[in-house]
Amino acid sequence: MTALLDIRGLKAEIDGRQILNGLDLTVNKGEVHAIMGPNGAGKSTLSYVLSGKPGYEIIGGEVFFNGEDLLALDPDERAAKGLFLAFQYPLEIPGVATMTFLRTALNAQRKKRGEEELSSPDVLKRVRELAKQLGIDPEMLKRPLNVGFSGGEKKRNETLQMALLEPKLCVLDETDSGLDIDALRIVADGVNRLRAADRGMIVITHYQRLLDYIVPDVVHVLSAGRIVKTGGKELALELEATGYAQYQNEAA
Amino acid sequence: MNVEIRPEKTAAEIGFADLFAAARQSLPGGQSTEVLRRDAFDLFVGQGLPNSRVEAWKYTDLRRLVRDAKPLAPRPDPVARTAARDAGAVFAGLDVRRLLIVDGAFVPELSDLSGLESGVTIRATAEALAADEMVFPLDMAGTDPVASLNIAFAADGVAITVAPNVVVERPIHLVFVTTGGVPAAMFTRSRLELGSGAALTLVETHEGPDQSDYQVNAALQVEVGDKGRLDHVKITGEGAAALHIATLEASIGAGADYREFGFTTGGAVVRNQLFLRLAGEGTIAAVHQASLLAGRQHADTTLVVDHVAAGSQSREVFKAVVDDEARAVFQGRITVQPGAQQTDARMMARALLLSDEAVANCKPELEIFADDVQCGHGTTTGALDDQLKFYLMARGIPEKEAEALLIQAFVGEMIDAVARDDLRDALSRTMLAWLKGRK
Repeated sequence: MTALLDIRGLKAEIDGRQILNGLDLTVNKGEVHAIMGPNGAGKSTLSYVLSGKPGYEIIGGEVFFNGEDLLALDPDERAAKGLFLAFQYPLEIPGVATMTFLRTALNAQRKKRGEEELSSPDVLKRVRELAKQLGIDPEMLKRPLNVGFSGGEKKRNETLQMALLEPKLCVLDETDSGLDIDALRIVADGVNRLRAADRGMIVITHYQRLLDYIVPDVVHVLSAGRIVKTGGKELALELEATGYAQYQNEAA
Repeated sequence: MNVEIRPEKTAAEIGFADLFAAARQSLPGGQSTEVLRRDAFDLFVGQGLPNSRVEAWKYTDLRRLVRDAKPLAPRPDPVARTAARDAGAVFAGLDVRRLLIVDGAFVPELSDLSGLESGVTIRATAEALAADEMVFPLDMAGTDPVASLNIAFAADGVAITVAPNVVVERPIHLVFVTTGGVPAAMFTRSRLELGSGAALTLVETHEGPDQSDYQVNAALQVEVGDKGRLDHVKITGEGAAALHIATLEASIGAGADYREFGFTTGGAVVRNQLFLRLAGEGTIAAVHQASLLAGRQHADTTLVVDHVAAGSQSREVFKAVVDDEARAVFQGRITVQPGAQQTDARMMARALLLSDEAVANCKPELEIFADDVQCGHGTTTGALDDQLKFYLMARGIPEKEAEALLIQAFVGEMIDAVARDDLRDALSRTMLAWLKGRK
């Protein structure tokens, strides 16, 4: 069976500074992988390189998404193929209504996949249902994207986008940052509803806390741009107790 | 000894002199009008076409940009009239009173003059000039050479009056259209007198063929009476090779509310100069100008706002989206006269450059002679935000579409300043059409 995501020896740099140093990772359909690691280990870089953010240079390795060369694709093509990055810091876009953004994104993906575009009322209906599940005030959908949203509202909005776009692989970058416990629970519930046999997830986090709510199948420790340890969900608890110091030494 | 160095006359300046000598007898007007024309032309000759050493024309060197004087456009023949019939399509489907000005001439037969509201009069400028009833020297534009040129040559246009306290619901749409393949010059002069407490929405569109390097010099004089309300929307959508120069002079009475919206998408060289006088106490004026430029377009908006009396408020916002090798110019000057205490005036210019060769020149100025005022200005120039673009692309939106969304957001804020929904929708469609046409 082809892996959903297959990263082999990935090396990447930004501004001449190498961040990823030969990273290997395989995620199969239906699996939830957690990637934990200290600050500066390359967690966010991995998420940006996977989604195709400009500015990162790939200097080695390969990434296959459903068997296809992911790195050859533009960010929008990756999204249409089913890759979704939930941003650590979702951006504010004044002047673009949230609803307009959601409809444009959904239909752009459908169009690229050769599927029929949905009418505005159809999109609205779907968005409303999802918003309700996530406790998002429908009024918020009329407001400019993320402008004036609280940290919790922004993360809920990311989860709403993810639910609407139904990606094959969800990459959640520090989804717990800036969230209080209630918001965390709502977002985690939203993410858990998306767990499915044909969908994979990578949950990037510094803290174990999030993994109480989104329970992973596999936990990896990322340090100095490489996966240095892989284990079950108990590895997260172990890290919580011992910290990252031993892995940082190991990598150095 | 004083030695005045006068540059040699350009081909265009010589051309204008020849044109004036040939046309002055046939231009409409009685004796007073003729005197006014001659004085105005002398004023032009004394200065010549403005070049970049003239501060008000610093970024728009007409000496260089206007290569020749085109022959005055003939009155539109049946072919031209037929070609003009569907002009002003931007506002097609809206309930507006269309008045057609074809090749510089007001054409009543193509205009909607039926069921005129009581208290509203509309007539051709040519008629008013012939009766010497439109002899208004340049007021705020002072000795401006192109405004002087307009007085010298103005042949027609529309003169509108609205009686005091008449609120006109149906907007008036001045459809300026240039037809025909022979490049010509159109000098139009229009006038609007809005009585005290009267209200009107005046819409203006300017268009013409892309293949012809025709020249438009359009002037509009506006008087808004005390407590009047005018919404003025102007779309400069001229053909790709056209020269378009427009002068607006507006005197706005006490307690009046004046809303100006300008949208420039067409023309090779465009100069929109606006002179606003907030003449009374408690007057409000809002000016929003947006330019969408590509290719080698050059569009200059020059704005002078004069606060004369106490307690008036003005807001000036200018935004330009500049692609390819185009250039956007914004010059804005707010003057606060000694008596105009408690003036509240704010000016903002923002340019979005979409290519490395695109240029924006912004020059805001404040001239304040009163001591108890709130005035401010700011300018920003930048490219599209790559972070925002990536965020949109990461959701599956292709690059061009992501850019379009961001540009739309940038310009949309300006369109939101237009009060009427139907006009806003039409302006949004114009913006979307421009975005769609981007390569």
